[in-house]
Parts: sequence; C-alpha cells; structure tokens
Amino acid sequence: MAGLATSLGAGAASNSFDQISEADTLLIFGSNTTEGHPVISIHVNKAIRNGARIIVGDPRKIELVKWADVWLNLKPGSNIALLNGLVHVILKEGLYNKEFIEKRTEGFEELKAAVEEYTPAHVQKLTGVTPDKLLKAAKIYAEAKNAMILYGLGVTEHQSGTETAMAVANLALVCGHIGRRATGIMALRGQNNVQGASDMGPAPAAFTGYQPVTDPVVREKFEKAWGVELPSKPGLKSVEMLDEAQKGNFKGLFILGEDPAHTDPDISHIRKALSSIEFLVVQDIFHTETTRFAHVVLPGASFAEKDGTFTNGERRVQRIRKAVEPVSGKAEWEVICEIASRMGYKMKYNHPSEVMDEIASLAPIYGGINYVRLENGSLQWPCPTKDHPGTATLYKDMFSRPGGRARFMALEQKGSAEVPDAEYPFVLITGRRREHYNNGSMTRRSRGIMEMFPEELLELSPADALKLGIKNGEMVKVASRRGEIKVKVRVLDRSQEGNVFLAFHHQDVLTNILTSPHRDPITGTPEYKSCAVKIEKL
Amino acid sequence: MATKQAGKLIKVVINQKPVDCEEGKTILEVCREAGIFIPTLCYDPRLEAYGGCRLCLVEVKGVNRPLSSCTTPIQDGMEITTESENLTGLRKTMLSLILSNHPNDCLRCEKTGDCSLQELAFMYDVAPDGYKGERWNLPVKDNNPFISFDPNKCILCGRCVNICKNLMLKGAIDMTGRGFNARPDTAFGKPLSPENCLFCGQCVSTCPTGALMEKPSARTGRNLSVKKVKTTCSYCGTGCSFFLNVKQGKVTKVTSDYDSPVNRGNLCIKGRFGYEFIHHPDRIKTPLIKEANGEFREASWDEALDLIAKRFGELKEKYGPGAVGAFSSSRCTNEENFLVSKWVRAVLGSNNVDNCARV
Repeated sequence: MAGLATSLGAGAASNSFDQISEADTLLIFGSNTTEGHPVISIHVNKAIRNGARIIVGDPRKIELVKWADVWLNLKPGSNIALLNGLVHVILKEGLYNKEFIEKRTEGFEELKAAVEEYTPAHVQKLTGVTPDKLLKAAKIYAEAKNAMILYGLGVTEHQSGTETAMAVANLALVCGHIGRRATGIMALRGQNNVQGASDMGPAPAAFTGYQPVTDPVVREKFEKAWGVELPSKPGLKSVEMLDEAQKGNFKGLFILGEDPAHTDPDISHIRKALSSIEFLVVQDIFHTETTRFAHVVLPGASFAEKDGTFTNGERRVQRIRKAVEPVSGKAEWEVICEIASRMGYKMKYNHPSEVMDEIASLAPIYGGINYVRLENGSLQWPCPTKDHPGTATLYKDMFSRPGGRARFMALEQKGSAEVPDAEYPFVLITGRRREHYNNGSMTRRSRGIMEMFPEELLELSPADALKLGIKNGEMVKVASRRGEIKVKVRVLDRSQEGNVFLAFHHQDVLTNILTSPHRDPITGTPEYKSCAVKIEKL
Repeated sequence: MATKQAGKLIKVVINQKPVDCEEGKTILEVCREAGIFIPTLCYDPRLEAYGGCRLCLVEVKGVNRPLSSCTTPIQDGMEITTESENLTGLRKTMLSLILSNHPNDCLRCEKTGDCSLQELAFMYDVAPDGYKGERWNLPVKDNNPFISFDPNKCILCGRCVNICKNLMLKGAIDMTGRGFNARPDTAFGKPLSPENCLFCGQCVSTCPTGALMEKPSARTGRNLSVKKVKTTCSYCGTGCSFFLNVKQGKVTKVTSDYDSPVNRGNLCIKGRFGYEFIHHPDRIKTPLIKEANGEFREASWDEALDLIAKRFGELKEKYGPGAVGAFSSSRCTNEENFLVSKWVRAVLGSNNVDNCARV
C-alpha cells in the first residue's frame, strides 16, 4: 500500500469492484482472484462474458488463465522486470498516453531512462516470459479503452513488494489508465478489514486517517481530543516488536485477533520471540498457535456478536450488526475501554457509533461518516463531510499527492532474497485456497468445509513429480533452511516446473515453518511468495 | 447481466402513467425501478434474461401479442400495460401448469414463506389441482454436505444452470433430458463434489422454489420464524453483505442480500457456509490466566482485566513505554482498531502499535 501511496497518493484501490465488469481489458497480476476473492472474480467473469480481454501475470497457471488472451508466466520474484518490460514496449511502440503524462504526472524522463534496458530479450532472461507474449500483453493493455489492473499479494509479498506496486502504477500511468470509471488499479485486500485497520492507524508512524505522528499539527489535534501528551517518535512495526522481543528489549504485548505463530513467516523465530515476552495477552475467539504463548487469554467476540464497521477493499465502510450475544459477555471494544480505564485513563463509550463519531472528528477521510448514514447504506472514503456522497473513483481530477500529479518511479529488478540452489532446488510459493481462510480457525470449524476440503496438499508439477519419482497422494518432506514439514502431494499442472505451492490454513501443515525471514525494507511485509525448499520422498 | 452505460432518456407510458427512463433497459427493469410489480419466476437481475417462465408478459400498444418484459428492450413512446384480465388469465394458466407437477406440500416445505411460487400462487389465487398431471416422484439428491436438490420441486426456470454457467463460469449443472423428463443435473448425474462444484451455493441463492436448499441449515427454522440481521462478511476483503438468520439466539443460516452494491446477493463457499464456527464448542468462553505450571485456568473478567492493567502499568514503569505495545487486527472492527491505537498512544505512551496488514 505504501507503493501506491507514493505513486498516486492513497494506499487503496482507485475504483469500485462493480466497475471491473465494465472494463474492456483486465490485467490480473499476482492475484488468484477466483480463489482469493471469489465474489470479486464474479465481476471478472462478467467482464469475460462481455468480451473483455484478459492478461494474467502469475507464475501459477491459475484458473483465470483458461480465459486469458495472454498468460505472462513469469518466474517468482521477477515482477518488476516484467512490469518494466511492459512499460519499455509501450514506450518503444509509441503506445503511451502523451497528453496524460504531460498533464497529470511527473518523473517521466527518469522512468524512461530506467526502463531503457528492459528490452523483451532482457526481460525474457529475467522472467522467462517470451518476447511475443510481452509484446502482445503490452499492446492489449495499452490499446484498451477501459483497462483495470487487479493485483494481489503476489505483488506485495516480496522483498521488493512496495516497489512492485509502484511499477504497477507506472504501467497504468504511462497509458493514462487511471482516474476514470472502470479504469484504474484495484489492490485486492486479503482480510475483511485490512483496509479499515490501515485507515484506523494502529500503525507505528501514522494516526487514524494516515496522519503522520511526526507532524506537530496533527499531534496537537489528537492531544487535544484525547487530553494527553502523545509521543512524537514513530514506534516499532509488528515484525520489529517481535525482533526486539527476541533480543530481550520488548516486554509487554497485547495481540488482538492475530495468530503470528501460524501466519507469520519463519515460525521458529516467532515462537522464540513470543516466548521471550514477559507479559503477553492474546484475545481471540479460538485457541491458536499463538494463544499457547500467552500469559492471559481473553475471549473475543465473533463478527456476529457485536456492532461496528468494516472497510472493504474498495474503501467502502459498512456496518456489522450484533445478531447474537457475545459468548463471553463482552466485545473487544468494551474490553479495550475497560483496560484503559483500569490503567487510569477514562475510556467510555456507550456504543461503537460514538467511537465512529470520534474517528470522523479526527480523520478527514472519514469526516462525513456516521452510523445514521450507514444505516441507509455504505459509504466509500474519502467522505469528508456529512453531505458528501463518498467517492467511488479516485483521482478523477487530480492525484492526492502534493501538487496533484502522480509520480513515476524509476525501479530496478531485484530478485527474491532466497533463490533456489543445488541443495534447495525448488521455489515455494504460498497463498490461499478458496475454501479456507488464513489460520483456518474458522473454516476448519465448519463441518461441510472440512468434510470436502480436509487437508493441505503440496502442488507439484507433473514434470517434477516424474523427476522425483513421486506419485499423487504420496507423503513428502518439504524442508527449507528454517525447518521442515510433512505433507501429501497433489500432482497437477498448475505450478510450473521448479515451483511448488502450499497454502497455510492447516495446523498440521504449518507452511510458515518454511517461509523466509526476508522482508520488504519499506513496509516490513515478509516475502511469503518465494523461498527455496527441497522435497524428499518419505 | 451485461453492464449498460447510462442511455438516452426516453419517455414511455406504463399503465396510463408517464414514466421517464433510460434507453437500453428492458421493460421489466424500467417497471421494477418505477415500483411497478410484474411477476417473474425465471428472472434474476444478476443473470441474462432467459424469458422462459412467461409470467412477466405485458401488453404493448400496437403489438398484437403479449411480450415477455424481461427480454424486450424499452423504446421511446411505448405504451405498456402490466395488468389486465387477459394477462391475469395467462399467468394463472402458467402457474396452474407449473403446479400440476409440483408436490404442493408447502406445509412441510423448508422454503415456505420465502418461495416465489407459493407467493404467486397466492397472489393469483391458483389452486394446486387445476390440471391433474403426471408427477416425477424422484429421490432427493443430497450426497454432499452443502446443497440438497429435490427435483420434484424444480420448475425448470433454468436459473441455477444460468448462474452456474454464466456468472460462475463453472457449468457444474446443466439441463439434462428432454420434454417432461428435462431437469437440471450434473454431468452423468454424479454427486456434487470438489471435482465438479465450487459449493458457492449460488444456485441455491437463485432458486425460486424449495428445489435447491442449503443443507446445513435444514430444519433450523423457516423464513418467517427467523430474525434476519444484515451484516458484512468477516472473511476476505471483498466485504460482501448478507443476512444472518437468527433463531433462539443462534445463527442458523446465511442468506443473500440482493441489494448490496458490493455483491448483489452473490457469495462464496466461506460466506454462505462458513458460519458454523460462531457457535462451535471450541470457542473460548472466559478469560484464562496461565498458572506457574504453564496450565491455563478460567478467570473472571475483573481478575483478568485488573491483572492486564497492572502488568502493563508495571512494565511501562520498569522498562519505559518503548518496551510495550500492541498488535491490532484486520479481523476486528474499525472502532476496535481505533481504540487499540488510542490505548497504546494515550495510555501506554508509545507508538508501538501495528495491524496485520503488512503480514
């Protein structure tokens, strides 16, 4: 999200999901939309039925490849090379939007210089994608009337994830494919309220509404509202808190509804960090890999047991409503208030609607949002005032950067931090499956889902299966430099030769024991999408 | 289904009243937007119109036969009649024919109170025994955990086939057989399985009768006896809206919210069938405090919250605000995320607060 924010101004999708069906061209990049976002993929399906041209950029032969005009079957970790290559071709072939670039962007000359060396031949070397495919994709995308890019965690979960998001923005900007209906960039958010959690500013460097903690004017506003002096120094990112914990410098942690001992990479490190914490509180609805490290476990309330709001991946704020009583008698918002109050700071709200009123008073992008309005429907931020209808399409007139122009970023291809070698010859890509969700604590407790989709299977290409002498359904050991797991094999042609795939939903196949500790230096996002492993028959 | 660009404004007359509307829409769409009721069974706004049920027939001045409003584009100056003696007669006949091969056991049917066929039979006062026809008497197919199909209640509207093939691009089911023996089924009549089906339940969501039903919620309460609470799905970032069906303090089912701008009634397997965790016995029900032996014991809220307040206060005192912090959650509400950040900044006195967006 930091990538899009740097290039365009806001770390969020530029359009609404329903506009996807109106696009005549879709570039789906690092998103297995059909499985990761099944209902968004219905909009993609509609576009397909309407005759839209489809470009898929993904190392896996995902379901959407079936409908694609071009499949850019790149090697894992070569995203920037491919995107730079597309821009290179668009510039060379004169397919760029000169007027848009002149009027609405800055930094074009730097971009031009940076992509110069990404010739189709060079890109083939870096990505494995043949020049004919690159040329075809560049032409289809550039010549579209209404093109949208859908990208997922295949973009961000690399050590160069932030830069890859910028490379995506570069591509849209050279063609002027942003700032109109059915034309833009959709960053697909993984979890129900990722957008909202980012907006609300439980973030080390930003208050609610992306307002920097280092800005004295902003800080004064919050200090006045909350009646206390606030720290001006940015705090630690989650991954850094755990690093410091392992070093013995971080002592007390409250984890709300998160399971890092299952879903963070390099679990062995996480386990050590969590056991080094002097006082750990975990609030969750089920016992997880993480609760076992806690000194106090608090029961959480499920989404059916409380009032509140979620903000979806198109910046839409929607109500959740209490349908049944919380199992434990309390919802999380009440618990946080009680802890604060018991520490001598009075925090009292009669209803989450009062919290939203406070959010609206402090964060301009949520300024016009309240529960009375949300009762009649949802609102997409920015929604600065009570009579503002909300914003479906961003950047219609200007970008939300200083000066109003979008910024081209000159970027260089950097590979994955860990690449296959003689000892660990395979690239492990991780991701989601349609039927399960994250640590699986919810989906694994739905009987039908477990009956039909009971276990995790390692996706292995037929060629690799043959080479290793492994048959469908056989158990194997998968090991990385960090650890090993045992898992059953599914031989199918979805992964390309040399790549294997695992999801991370099952507690008996803790995929993140294998994943790499390398991170994007800007956001701290781990490189879940690529690490080196070996596979042995059992 | 196809998305239409805003068309030219035109004027038509519906039931003698002038109506302004957009070119490019169908008569049915214009009527529905104007609040004029036209009965349908095979129509679902999510799908391309099929025009099979013939209930949406209307009269258009200058045309000497009734037209199906779901497939006829509106035209400037059209004069449309949606209710007349002739139309009512045609609709009654259609409904009567459908009911001639229908079990008509609304007393025991799960769909009662939410069934389009039942509603229209009532509205047009059609008796179930107008035509005494042959009946299928086929077995119910439900050898999968999610979806049951009672072919005897199928009215061959084609919506399930249409939604599976044209919206989901899956084609798990299609019309099989001919004439009286035509009915939707899987290839070779195989049971629904991960091999041929996504288990999104979209077919169930579009079925106008009790033919396709959710299996996990069978016999937990019919439409009229449940409270429906509109809410937002808690799985992925799409933010689909749906209704939690609640009876006696329990969530019994998830049903579609067809008006949601996000998902228009569409849902996936997790949204539609992944709700059983809510009342799962594994739920943590009380605060738990770890004893010296490493075992958790149950504690009261007061004891746990006092301990948390005390320990965080002590750690802040001893090591400074930089040594304490919190992870907030993308799974929790905006309000909760806001409050966690407020607690860390205003009470713990550091900016060590983060959410799981980055991991």
